[in-house]
Amino acid sequence: MYAQSLNQQVEGTTGPEDAEAAARFQARIDAEERIEPNDWMPAAYRRTLVRQISQHAHSEIVGMLPEGNWITRAPSLRRKAALIAKVQDECGHGMYLYAAAETLGVTREQLVDELLAGKAKYSSIFNYPTLTWADIGAIGWLVDGAAIMNQIPLCRCSYGPYSRAMIRVCKEESFHQRQGYEIMLTLARGTAAQKAMAQDALNRWWWPCLMMFGPPDAQSQHSDTSTRWKIKRFSNDALRQKFVDATVPQAHFLGLTLPDPALRFNEATSHWEFGEIDWSEFKQVLAGNGPCNRDRMAARRAAHANGEWVRDAALAYAAKERARAAAAAGAA
Amino acid sequence: MYTGSITVADTPLLRYVLGRADDALVLGHRLSEWCGHGPLLEEDMALSNMALDLIGQARALYTYAGEVEAAGRDEDAYAYLRDVTSYANLLLVEQPNGDFARTIVRQLLFSAFIDPYWRALMASTDPTLAAIAAKAEKESAYHLRHASEWTVRLGDGTAESHARAQRALDELWPFTGELFTMPAGERALIDAGIAIDPETLRAPWRATVTRVVERATLTLPADGWMQRGGREGRHSEHLGHLLSDLQYLQRAFPGATW
Amino acid sequence: MSTPTTPLWEVFIRSRTGLAHKHVGSLHAADATLAVQAARDLYTRRGEGTSVWVVPSSAITASDPADKGMMFDPADSKVYRHPTFYEVPDDVGHM
Repeated sequence: MYAQSLNQQVEGTTGPEDAEAAARFQARIDAEERIEPNDWMPAAYRRTLVRQISQHAHSEIVGMLPEGNWITRAPSLRRKAALIAKVQDECGHGMYLYAAAETLGVTREQLVDELLAGKAKYSSIFNYPTLTWADIGAIGWLVDGAAIMNQIPLCRCSYGPYSRAMIRVCKEESFHQRQGYEIMLTLARGTAAQKAMAQDALNRWWWPCLMMFGPPDAQSQHSDTSTRWKIKRFSNDALRQKFVDATVPQAHFLGLTLPDPALRFNEATSHWEFGEIDWSEFKQVLAGNGPCNRDRMAARRAAHANGEWVRDAALAYAAKERARAAAAAGAA
Repeated sequence: MYTGSITVADTPLLRYVLGRADDALVLGHRLSEWCGHGPLLEEDMALSNMALDLIGQARALYTYAGEVEAAGRDEDAYAYLRDVTSYANLLLVEQPNGDFARTIVRQLLFSAFIDPYWRALMASTDPTLAAIAAKAEKESAYHLRHASEWTVRLGDGTAESHARAQRALDELWPFTGELFTMPAGERALIDAGIAIDPETLRAPWRATVTRVVERATLTLPADGWMQRGGREGRHSEHLGHLLSDLQYLQRAFPGATW
Repeated sequence: MSTPTTPLWEVFIRSRTGLAHKHVGSLHAADATLAVQAARDLYTRRGEGTSVWVVPSSAITASDPADKGMMFDPADSKVYRHPTFYEVPDDVGHM
């Protein structure tokens, strides 16, 4: 997005001058101004953004794996092309996001190394397996649906490069959820076996999708400062409710049943009320004990390790070309 | 209701169109296997783009095959319901991805052939084939550019990348002879101005490959025994496994709509 | 062991003939040729472009945000540079 070389790290300097700068910074945020890479910013703001944007980027890249699992088995050429394009978009979105993080004075390589060392997080949802073709429908419809709820407010995030990356991501992702829903609709209107496949996928993905919005507001660690800095504009619970309200009627249209006996429409609030989320499962998956945590990391580590000699070759060739150009210039 | 594999009519034009479609689908499928596993994210993007180009070409050609056969079959019937011995793609394109060098060299060897092939086919007396060729030529020109630049970097990069690129070239070379074979029945199509005589492309193909190989500081392998049989449905063992992935759902749930 | 860094490039795309190249983002590539290819594959896959520029990020010199006041505020008061500053009677018609 911007040259990382423009950035000056201002970590660790705290003093009376900083208090004044911090007040000016907050005033700019309150006035809905965008913060740009080489503007002054509190060290904690920078750290928060690097953490959030890189986690978001890692999620896009790891998120390629569960859907990529079905690229070679997509049931029609139309579906195959759409799925490749979608998974490829996720790769692109990861790249936009890494680039946004790089404007804060870190490198993509550092961030990837942290992920591969197991020191960085990515969205837990990608630690669940894709067992049938219906999972591809469910991911597009539900996982992308949930991601869009999260991402649309981020288009107005206070940090310029992040907000611009999210605008591009949201624009490109508009086909992802429709793609998924179309798959679900086709299955729901198909044979009994196909409809059962769709229902099974919904049963498995529904609760993990509700967990995607993060812990309940009462327990969330980062929300207060993130809200003050306008990195986050809606609470976890508010976005989760918005997702449920939007999704329940879509499930009914498909003729599928949501796996929540407590689900009921509250006429007074016009909201769908839902049952207790099993946060112990969320914590386990977050701690590395989801069904696919190890497989996902193994796949990313393998891609990185197998690509090392390729990256080295490209850098070595570039160095040789520079040397040849310098030699030619010297000889002339 | 069980619907097994389909048997397609054996006419020269249909066989010809399906062969070109199978080349594109099988190579596109192979490239799509990289998605999520590339050596750098920029190449995940590039390989996926090429996969999409090739699958798009396959769809156009299968759709045209449906018109030629006039038996009410769509693109998916040809892709998903033909058995391995009915597939008529070149052995080269079904070879496994291997490492990045093998994938890139395979792409170079195929693109250096198919790009001038499509360019020549733009003048086909068959207007559908001419239109498909015009679109495909732009795509294959970029594939050739991409594969050439990477072959040069791998060949003239590090000692390891040089060794891997040379090994890929040596191992894939025996599959290049088949690029220029002409299955029975194709002569008549060439005489009618519908198809292209692949033999006319041998010299330009060799010139392109030689230029890239030299820039890459690699050595062109000697022309020894050449493998063939793909166009007649005699494949390597690899294609059967590719098709069992590709065709799995259509075979497991016969007649379903996806 | 840390991964060696591949250079960062800024990407500019001309979306249609007649328009200027506009900054769209950045990417990593070992050299300029690969950067152009990667820019094409990342930033033009929905027909966004007719031309691509790539520039090494390290080649960009930017104004210092601390200088924003002296650099840009003085232009704000030069209202006479804008057509709306001048009054022309409606009867004259469009000018």
